[in-house]
Amino acid sequence: MCGIVGLFIKDPKLEPQLGALLAGMLDVMCDRGPDSAGFAVYGNGAKGAVKLTLRGPAGTDFAALGAALGLPVVPRDTHAVVSVPAEREAAVRAQLATLAPQVAVISSGSRMELYKEVGLPADVARRFKLAEMAGTHAIGHTRMATESAVTTDGAHPFSTGPDQCLVHNGSLSNHAGVRRELEREGLRLATQNDSEVAAAYLTHRMRAGDSLGAALEHSLADLDGFYTFVVGTESGFGVLRDPIACKPAVMAETEGYVAFGSEYRALVDLPGINTARVWEPEPARVYFWDRAA
Amino acid sequence: MNVALHTSPDMNMIATDADGARLIDLATSPVRALNGALHALGTTNETLWRVANPRGLHAIAAGVDAPVAIEIAGNVGYYCGGMNKQARIVIDGNAGVGVGENMMSGFIHVKGDASQAAGATGCGGLLVIDGNASARCGISMKGIDIVVKGSIGHMSAFMAQAGSLVVFGDAGEALGDSLYEAKLFVRGSVASLGADCIEKEMREEHRALLAARLEAAGALGQVDIGEFRRYGSARTLYHFHVDNVSSY
Repeated sequence: MCGIVGLFIKDPKLEPQLGALLAGMLDVMCDRGPDSAGFAVYGNGAKGAVKLTLRGPAGTDFAALGAALGLPVVPRDTHAVVSVPAEREAAVRAQLATLAPQVAVISSGSRMELYKEVGLPADVARRFKLAEMAGTHAIGHTRMATESAVTTDGAHPFSTGPDQCLVHNGSLSNHAGVRRELEREGLRLATQNDSEVAAAYLTHRMRAGDSLGAALEHSLADLDGFYTFVVGTESGFGVLRDPIACKPAVMAETEGYVAFGSEYRALVDLPGINTARVWEPEPARVYFWDRAA
Repeated sequence: MNVALHTSPDMNMIATDADGARLIDLATSPVRALNGALHALGTTNETLWRVANPRGLHAIAAGVDAPVAIEIAGNVGYYCGGMNKQARIVIDGNAGVGVGENMMSGFIHVKGDASQAAGATGCGGLLVIDGNASARCGISMKGIDIVVKGSIGHMSAFMAQAGSLVVFGDAGEALGDSLYEAKLFVRGSVASLGADCIEKEMREEHRALLAARLEAAGALGQVDIGEFRRYGSARTLYHFHVDNVSSY
């Protein structure tokens, strides 16, 4: 069992509340996944810049690291976001590997920041000050580990491409085979986790030119097992359940937002929920929303 | 939200409405206070209960065994009205997984949609869903009657043993897989029939049964009985065949 929450804002007036709303949703889902949690938030981005989310051991001096890189850094607990001119991304990654080999780059993108840790989801959200974050959309996950160990690496979301992330409730049965194929195609996976394979699969499809919707359609044919996925891209937000619909899902939509929760309980404090359209996403049907460019 | 430590009903959490109904607000009281009070009812004059702010919480009004009416104002979580005996429960909203699961008697009315496994393993009583029901509606039903005014999802009435399932809309894949003797009536399309489930002739006795179910659900006259098709067991799976003896 795991818990998933997601929020895609349609009314810009709600954007400043994105983190606070998601934190409330994540808190309710603690009892579906008490061992670790994570979330990805699509916030501000600067033209020509890439945000790298870094994760280091407790006590990492991110300010000093930023000074050494000569780049602005925003530390949050064990994570930090460093803003890098796009053309310098590869150079900065190489510099980081030398300067701070214990620090991992866990996501990159023009707007996405990604945080995850072991611990009670409500505590994880507080440590990273999720409630203060603003943005256009965000997804979160509370984990009850089944397929791999309770580690920060095993927590969701998984990011395998720029501004892309995925959270998963379920377990994949053909992940080892799919992993081998993806590795043959040149994708590098950081963990042994089955959900990371799903994330990498979608990255692979989108790199080949698929839209998020098309990539999700293809995964119905290629991924086997139990899953409810919620996926984020720079401009989009997608949901897919396996054809048997083993894992729960509820969605709500108003003029202001589209929301996802593993259970309706997670949505009850959203504004206007009592008049929202609330429905259960159908099995094997791709749902996705894209911000009009 | 701390519901785990309440072991006895706290009657202070339950108010009385102007019309004498008992009123509980689940925004401020735990589900356990409601269910504890309902479980403590024997023969009672407190026949009308109103539940405010159900907030998608689980197990609301589960395990009731008293001839009371319970009105729930909003969406409920899992297993609402589970194991119900005697009570009439009206949910003015959607219901989560397993509404009316294993109900024995009484009546449950969902005014919105129901999630998966609505009425699962139910032994008696009537479950009416105004909207759609998701997958596995009536799975392993054992005597409950279910009326769904919308459509139902895949694997509905799987291993259904007794009772009836009436669907005004469509049925998903594998309807009635490994069916025993439950009677299935579907007005719309059926995506596919499960193993050993076949369409059967709609005779006068079946039209009468359907009319009785519709009447009980307050829906007689809302739909044309002539538009329904009947599905049931081909009875090839659950009889022992001596030809198969070497397989055992």
